[in-house]
Amino acid sequence: MNHFLEMRHISKTFPGVKALHDVQLLIKPGEVHALIGENGAGKSTLMKILAGVLQPDDGAEIKLDGEAAAIEKPLDAAEKGISIIYQDLSLFPNLSVAENICIGKTFGRSLFSRVNWKTVRETAKKAMAEVGVKLDLNTPAERLSIAKQQMVAIARAIAFQSKLIVMDEPTSALSNTEIEMLYRIIENLKAQGIAIIFISHKLNELFKVADSFTVLRDGNYIGTYESSEINEDKLIALMVGRELVKEKYEKHPTGDSLLEVKCLSKRGNFKNVSFTLKSGEIVGITGLVGSGRTELVQAVFGLNPPDEGEIVLYGKPYKPVSAEKSVKLGIAYVPENRQREGVVLKQSLTNNMTITCLEKLKYRIGLIDFSQEKRLAEYYMESLDIRPRIPEMSAEQLSGGNQQKVVLAKWMAIHPRILIIDEPTNGIDVGAKSEIHRLLRNLAKEGMGIIMVSSELPEILNVSDRILVMRHGRIHGEFSAASATQEMIMSVAFKGKEDEKAESLQNA
Amino acid sequence: MKLLKTIRLSKENTLGFVLLGMFLLMALFVPNFLSAGNIKNMMFQLPEFGILSLAMMVVIITSGIDLSLTYRAALSGVIIAMALSAGAAIPVAIMFGLLAAVLCGLLNGFFIAIVGVSPILITLGSMILFESISLGLTKGNSVSGFPPEYRVIGNGAVGAVPISLLIFLLVAVITAMLLNRTKWGRGVYMAGSNPVATLFSGINTKRVLLLVYLYGALLTCVAAVIMTSRYNSARVDLGSSYLLQSVAAAVLGGTNIQGGYGKVIGTVYAVGIFQLISSGLNLLGTPRTFVSVLMGVILILVLMMNYYYDKLADKKETAGAAA
Repeated sequence: MNHFLEMRHISKTFPGVKALHDVQLLIKPGEVHALIGENGAGKSTLMKILAGVLQPDDGAEIKLDGEAAAIEKPLDAAEKGISIIYQDLSLFPNLSVAENICIGKTFGRSLFSRVNWKTVRETAKKAMAEVGVKLDLNTPAERLSIAKQQMVAIARAIAFQSKLIVMDEPTSALSNTEIEMLYRIIENLKAQGIAIIFISHKLNELFKVADSFTVLRDGNYIGTYESSEINEDKLIALMVGRELVKEKYEKHPTGDSLLEVKCLSKRGNFKNVSFTLKSGEIVGITGLVGSGRTELVQAVFGLNPPDEGEIVLYGKPYKPVSAEKSVKLGIAYVPENRQREGVVLKQSLTNNMTITCLEKLKYRIGLIDFSQEKRLAEYYMESLDIRPRIPEMSAEQLSGGNQQKVVLAKWMAIHPRILIIDEPTNGIDVGAKSEIHRLLRNLAKEGMGIIMVSSELPEILNVSDRILVMRHGRIHGEFSAASATQEMIMSVAFKGKEDEKAESLQNA
Repeated sequence: MKLLKTIRLSKENTLGFVLLGMFLLMALFVPNFLSAGNIKNMMFQLPEFGILSLAMMVVIITSGIDLSLTYRAALSGVIIAMALSAGAAIPVAIMFGLLAAVLCGLLNGFFIAIVGVSPILITLGSMILFESISLGLTKGNSVSGFPPEYRVIGNGAVGAVPISLLIFLLVAVITAMLLNRTKWGRGVYMAGSNPVATLFSGINTKRVLLLVYLYGALLTCVAAVIMTSRYNSARVDLGSSYLLQSVAAAVLGGTNIQGGYGKVIGTVYAVGIFQLISSGLNLLGTPRTFVSVLMGVILILVLMMNYYYDKLADKKETAGAAA
């Protein structure tokens, strides 16, 4: 079978660094091809070369439909039928669905050409129909859910007559129902002969959707495999270059009750929620995105004051009114959106790590002691293995996994009694992921109480002691980790899925 | 990484060298530049502008801007002047001026920090408000006639060093200490970069921001005292030409207009550069309008330079991150 895209001998050297070394990527028309590797393996660099954002070193060979093709700038890629849907979707939030779909095509070549709104609307309508979803074409993109924005981005790719669509972590912000919908759309695109490069860290989902896999590791090409000839464990081994041992569940002895939540309610967020957290225990909260998990834990942390109900903290009634107060009482919160809510990207790692504990670093007349601060930062960089080990570096230069460790470090520094962690390993590579899991288990062993919100069932099952499943703002099931299975949790989380589907179609 | 560090460090240092270079050039080529009279003039003119620029810088670090800055100083100055001419003792009069400034700062701070309205809108409104109040109080006239002891603050000197210059240096040192070595100061930088993540770290960002506007108010009052004392009068437009100049000085000093970065030393250098240009060209008999044109050109050049520094640093970062 002929390949639609052939990239061979792709190398990319940055000053002092070889990001890609003789990599190849072959894509057949109409196939879903998963591109996988740990963070820093070179996936993004390779995609940037495909998109015309970066130029490969000499000797690279790129062929489209069997003919040598030069992709020197992003426009070249678009004209040759290559579309990239980035993680942030890159829509224009203030423009309508139709304008977003036709962006770049609304005007003719002449500077003073006018927009033909009729064509714009018709093109958009046709593209949306091919995606198979109905949306009001006049709605501004910012008012759509992430899932719908993604559909608009896909429709844009279709409107550009793309023959290859690259999707970068398309499912990371979607609920399970929405992911199902995305799969259906992908099937649809395949049927039309459109090839898809799918980048994701969630291996189990890749097996549902991908026909073949290309694995990169440290900028090297490891291999391309048909999905029938490989399994998850083998892929992980290829990605990390070593076998990853899945850790067996081990029960922690639990101690005193730290937190009791009784009948907590907040209009539109969650209703009548009760649960307890003991010292030394990891309570996992799962459920679909939008089931009220994040809102619930933010209420406990003081960011989202509840309307009704009681919270008992360390045996005393507690009113969570501000994050400041919660932190003083030893509650820490690692938010879901790391880059927006977790780290301050433009500030140094030191500033990020010591912001929670500056009082402890004072000397004499209440001024911050820099040497003490530096020692603290270095201590946590060492003990959490944050790389590169440069405390003055700004947080934006780190990989996702290391950024998450910085967020964890800032909380370790106050020695909290309760740690709330929301999607601890979202978008983090396999190696850092298991490090974070190990860290959470160790913290629990030392007596911390941990509430872990996660959509990833293997994570929930492997790390927690007890599992709460939320649906529509209520807790609908509680399992002990020893006896729970993925199927049991899914059935609770999805019960009434048919109703929801009907609902979402109505809203669409 | 090493190179990156030196680039980052040299933003302020470069400015320091520019200042030094300019001083030497002017000393060589501008007649009378090193004369006692000119040096004295410069030392007396610089402090009020310097203090206002520092006040502006602190606000800009939080990604805000304070358009009411000089009008608050004028109002505070007018109130001090009226109290003095009504026969109040100097400390009492200054207390009145401080009270006025703090109330103004509280007004700005309340709407910006607690309610959450954008700083440019609120301070645009309060600029007009403060101006009108001053106008109502003075009916457009200047208020003058202060006791000679009061005039010492802006005109007196310890040896050869003006008292006002000493006040400015003290303000600069205190501001640097507060920003770099207190929890509040760290909160200012962190919230300036990302208020949400800072709030989620248990920092009361509202209090941090409110204190920023109160600190700004305190500094404007200090500037108001120096200005009224030096001019021996107070008017509605007291120091109004410093408003946009103070933004320019802060930005020239390396303060990031998007917030999160800014150093006292950078702003101090920038204020010095403005003073050198203004005095030097004045001595050469350059027309005032041309001086302004030149300042605009220099500002644009330096901002371009900063832009390319940052871009270069970014490039190094991407290369480093790919490793």
